[in-house]
Amino acid sequence: MVVFEKPKALADVSMHYCPGCTHGIIHRLVAEVIDELGIEGKTIGVAPVGCSVMAYNYFNCDMVEAAHGRAPAVATGLKRADPENHIVFTYQGDGDLASIGMAETVHSATRNENITVIFVNNAIYGMTGGQMAPTSLPGQVTQTSPYGRDVNHCGFPIKVCEMLSELDGPEYLERVAVNNVKNVKKAKMAIKKAFENQINGKGFSLVEVVSSCPTNWGMTPQKALQWVEENMIPYYPLGVYKDRSADKAE
Amino acid sequence: MAKLTFKTDMCKGCGLCVDACPKKLLIIAKDKINQKGHSPAEITDESQCIGCAFCATMCPDCIITVER
Amino acid sequence: MAKKVLMKGNEAIAEAAIMAGCRHYFGYPITPQTEIAAYMAKRMPKIGGTFLQAESEVAAINMVYGVASTGKRVMTSSSSPGVALKSEGLSYMAGSDLPGLIVNVQRGGPGLGGIQPSQSDYFMATKAGGHGDFRMIVLAPSSVQEMADLTIKGFDLAEKYRMTSMILADGTMGQMMEPVELNEPEIKEYDKSWAVTGTKMQRKHNIINSLSLIPDELEKLNFERFQRYKQIEENEVMYEEFMMDDAEICIAAFGIAARISKNAIIAAREQGIKVGLIRPITLWPFPTEAFAKAADKVNSFISVELSMGQMIEDVRLATGCKKPVTLCNRAGGMIPSPEQVLEAIVNAAKGGNK
Repeated sequence: MVVFEKPKALADVSMHYCPGCTHGIIHRLVAEVIDELGIEGKTIGVAPVGCSVMAYNYFNCDMVEAAHGRAPAVATGLKRADPENHIVFTYQGDGDLASIGMAETVHSATRNENITVIFVNNAIYGMTGGQMAPTSLPGQVTQTSPYGRDVNHCGFPIKVCEMLSELDGPEYLERVAVNNVKNVKKAKMAIKKAFENQINGKGFSLVEVVSSCPTNWGMTPQKALQWVEENMIPYYPLGVYKDRSADKAE
Repeated sequence: MAKLTFKTDMCKGCGLCVDACPKKLLIIAKDKINQKGHSPAEITDESQCIGCAFCATMCPDCIITVER
Repeated sequence: MAKKVLMKGNEAIAEAAIMAGCRHYFGYPITPQTEIAAYMAKRMPKIGGTFLQAESEVAAINMVYGVASTGKRVMTSSSSPGVALKSEGLSYMAGSDLPGLIVNVQRGGPGLGGIQPSQSDYFMATKAGGHGDFRMIVLAPSSVQEMADLTIKGFDLAEKYRMTSMILADGTMGQMMEPVELNEPEIKEYDKSWAVTGTKMQRKHNIINSLSLIPDELEKLNFERFQRYKQIEENEVMYEEFMMDDAEICIAAFGIAARISKNAIIAAREQGIKVGLIRPITLWPFPTEAFAKAADKVNSFISVELSMGQMIEDVRLATGCKKPVTLCNRAGGMIPSPEQVLEAIVNAAKGGNK
């Protein structure tokens, strides 16, 4: 009996990501959820600008490539074009979602736009070669913070889940990680819930996935996951930041 | 006994599966090179595999199929 | 035949869009076009459509991008500074071959400028709608009736050629009230097999995308797109000629400037000056041939514009500089008076514009 295989919603092609990059894991989790919910035929994904720009080649559902940061606005259009028949998700990195696209993020959240947002936070701009991201940690060395991120000079990292949780609008916000098997399984549960919420008409559901960038962090894939455990997760605590339906049920 | 199938030519040799295996059965085969130019992952003693699929869970390139 | 109703230009655009089957509008408040948003906010919920006030013009055009990706008719409207913000989305729509209608009710600039009428976005609309090689169909209404008619036409052309159409109006056209006749338009069906509406597990996935990392492939896409543009230049040029039969002086003007010019032409004719008007209705494609032909007949051209002189460059190109072309203009939200245009005509008649 097959207990694990590549999900059908994921295209049978080799992805362009660097060895050990966790984008691949997160893509697979999204595809597994699409398979399990049987929604591939009505799902439209929105790819960002950044490392996952070519996600449109990796999912078998219909895909749209958005301008940098604008995925939630594009998703708003896609969803509102046919709310009954479109399941819409965005897949965005930290630069896309938390820097150039912050307005679109906050406003789609506050509108409780009935979409699913997969937010990959690896604290760096990967595609352009490792510059400081809005989520780069204090002191983190990047190409554009070569002496370490100086919070007195360029401010503090943005904690997206915490920030959005102050809004009345969003339905569901959870931060997960993909640094080990246990966390990957938890991440999948969160992603599944974020899609189920959309199917049930509950509204804006964002899953922040704390992940790694071995290449631009200058580490082996194993060391990078260790760095997630030791540095990222303490700064970005995992957990549910908002779950309006659960709050109501209490 | 479980059975692992690797799409060896899609492996990037990152080794995340090696760390994930609770039985320490996986290695990066340094003496081999796949189509992509990476040394791929492989299982040393399949008879000991328990089919937990932890390796596949951590594989970013989805190259492992697990049967039990 | 439908009854004539008195409408503001902005409202005529909104109602015509609805008649053209547009059920999705996204916008952001900016003077002098906010009536379009207000009208849509009232009407759309009553007809099962979507009006959404976006957080920015940037978001609005990207919401347009989203709906356009599904093959449905969609629009946004703004005024000059807001349209500039949309240029990113316009370029992406061009790169992804998406249809859509964008309305620019122009105001004086640059910068925040003012809120009075202007035509100073001619360059932005016809030459530089955004980064990269692309064109938009640019329609310039000169009456409230045309605000409605060209909106309907704009949707049709956008779908026919899979590109954006822009209505380039100005504050006067937007705010002016005139009787309009709104007739139920015939809506043509175009192929939408490219749209993303979910695969329904019956076809390979569609991808709406403007990324192409292989230069010779991207070049090919550009060449193909410009082949389409060539067809548009051949088939879709629209202009009006007014008193051109015996004209010795030709005025070039669009939108509100053309209306003012007509008054000046009538006054000049009373003085015995043979002057006419070519009014481009499509600013892109520009009525190059009409001007080229006129250049063989008339002695000179006057470009009347609410800008520092932008369309004048296209008039000079079209006429191959065979005859002198002078500028009669106001800028920054000011409107040329018929007297000012008449003076320019009289001056030209005396040969003063050589």
